[in-house]
Amino acid sequence: MTAMTATTQMTQTAKLQVNDVWKTFTPKKGQAVDALQDLSLTVNANEFVSLVGPSGCGKSTLLMMAAGLEPISEGRILIDGREIDGPGPDRGMVFQSYTLFPWLTVEDNIRFALKKSGLGRTQQDELVGDHIRLVGLEGFERSHPNQLSGGMRQRVAIARALVYRPEMLLMDEPFGALDAQTRMLMQELLLQVWQVERTTVLFVTHDVEEAIFLSDRIYVMTARPGRIKAEIAIDLPRPRTLLETESDARFAELRRQVLTLIREEARRAMR
Amino acid sequence: MTTTPRRPRTRLFELRGDIPRRVYAGAGVAFIALFLAAWLLLTELQIVSPIFLPPLRAVGEELIIQAQEGILWQDVGASVYRISVGWLLATVLALPIGILMGNFRFFEGLFEPFVDLVRYMPAVAFVPLTILWLGVGDTQKFAIIFIGTFFQEVLMIMDNVKNVPRDMIQVSYTFGMSKWEILWHVVLRAALPGIWDTFRITIGWAWTYLVVAELVAANVGLGYRIMRAQRFLETDKIILGILVIGVLGLLTDYFFKATYNRLFPWMQETR
Repeated sequence: MTAMTATTQMTQTAKLQVNDVWKTFTPKKGQAVDALQDLSLTVNANEFVSLVGPSGCGKSTLLMMAAGLEPISEGRILIDGREIDGPGPDRGMVFQSYTLFPWLTVEDNIRFALKKSGLGRTQQDELVGDHIRLVGLEGFERSHPNQLSGGMRQRVAIARALVYRPEMLLMDEPFGALDAQTRMLMQELLLQVWQVERTTVLFVTHDVEEAIFLSDRIYVMTARPGRIKAEIAIDLPRPRTLLETESDARFAELRRQVLTLIREEARRAMR
Repeated sequence: MTTTPRRPRTRLFELRGDIPRRVYAGAGVAFIALFLAAWLLLTELQIVSPIFLPPLRAVGEELIIQAQEGILWQDVGASVYRISVGWLLATVLALPIGILMGNFRFFEGLFEPFVDLVRYMPAVAFVPLTILWLGVGDTQKFAIIFIGTFFQEVLMIMDNVKNVPRDMIQVSYTFGMSKWEILWHVVLRAALPGIWDTFRITIGWAWTYLVVAELVAANVGLGYRIMRAQRFLETDKIILGILVIGVLGLLTDYFFKATYNRLFPWMQETR
């Protein structure tokens, strides 16, 4: 058993390490509240990891801390062994809300992310074109965000977060605002993209099926104050498609397992 | 029973329902026509004494006389000049200060208490003071228009800047941009449509304060013409002055609306 753990650690290199991280909010009046307590997790290189938990458990806060957009109260977050220091282009971010720049076309939105890359115009054009194709938006290069559906907008956001080749992708409920049909299509599209790019992903969601369908591993968080309650390996075969994967008996088993854990926490939070 | 295919009737009174363009525009024109007809009726049948309400005809004649004598153009010129300078002064200052207040809490804390204090002071009450300080020339008119518009405009621009979604700023940080780059390329670009609308609204107020400024201590201008006519109970001249100001206000409003659509076509939600 120990030998096996050793070998897996040998073959897998940690991309993101969250070590004993605390987040404490101090309101103007009243006592300090712990949002996250002594939380540790690891995302290995090329791995797709999801973070699920009841609402308000601090999963988005953790993602923002990993992005460098939210200060860490205590503990350390490392990427490739280096401690993070603010936001940077080594971590691409996709938000739930539409964060496209409405005054720019689809291709200019994606190109905008390359502003600080130092790449020449031709190289930029090539990268932008590649990523438009990657998310299947050929023909919409010159459209503005107001001419696109919600799903298409999030596809642009994904392309924009990948175009500068970040070390990893941080996704904060990126499909949360989409309708059920579109969400399913987007999940499959994201997996296709991931299969090609093999970018390391940390994905925050409250949708258990989504987490299981997409991930290699899932961390289940406790209700506030957020800690890691369980870590579950998703041993479903890849490549996955929604129809096949979700009708897999193992999928149902995992789903029950994760849902049971989250329900426990949700119920605890309601008391 | 005959089954004549019924034409779908357009309903005029659905909550937020759309109506044919021609009906929409026609209703507006018809209402103005109705207003003029009522005026005609009241004056031509001498239901109302011409001292209170002059006949439409008299106002028209007055318009022709003033236009031919050149008084009208002189007044319009003087008033438009005062509005433009007064409003531009207010805007040139409100723009940077509002932007600083919207972006940096320090500047909000620095300026807001003072701005809040002054904006509740009636601009009209500053008329005697401004005459004392600046004399009776154009500078005093600029000052009144400035006092009337600046303190509101600066707060509105602050809000325009604050309305830029936080996620849009944060995603820009992940592209490796500095805060100054984000301020210039993202925040200001995103706030521009709102600021343009603020311009449209504040220049409307400038018209109100122009009349206030010209009612006292002026010898040319639309407000002055109204004031002078009051002394001799020349109601036709008063109404002409009011109408001219109304039309000029409408024109500036249309200018800002038309340029808004030209400058920011990407603001229209088409989906």
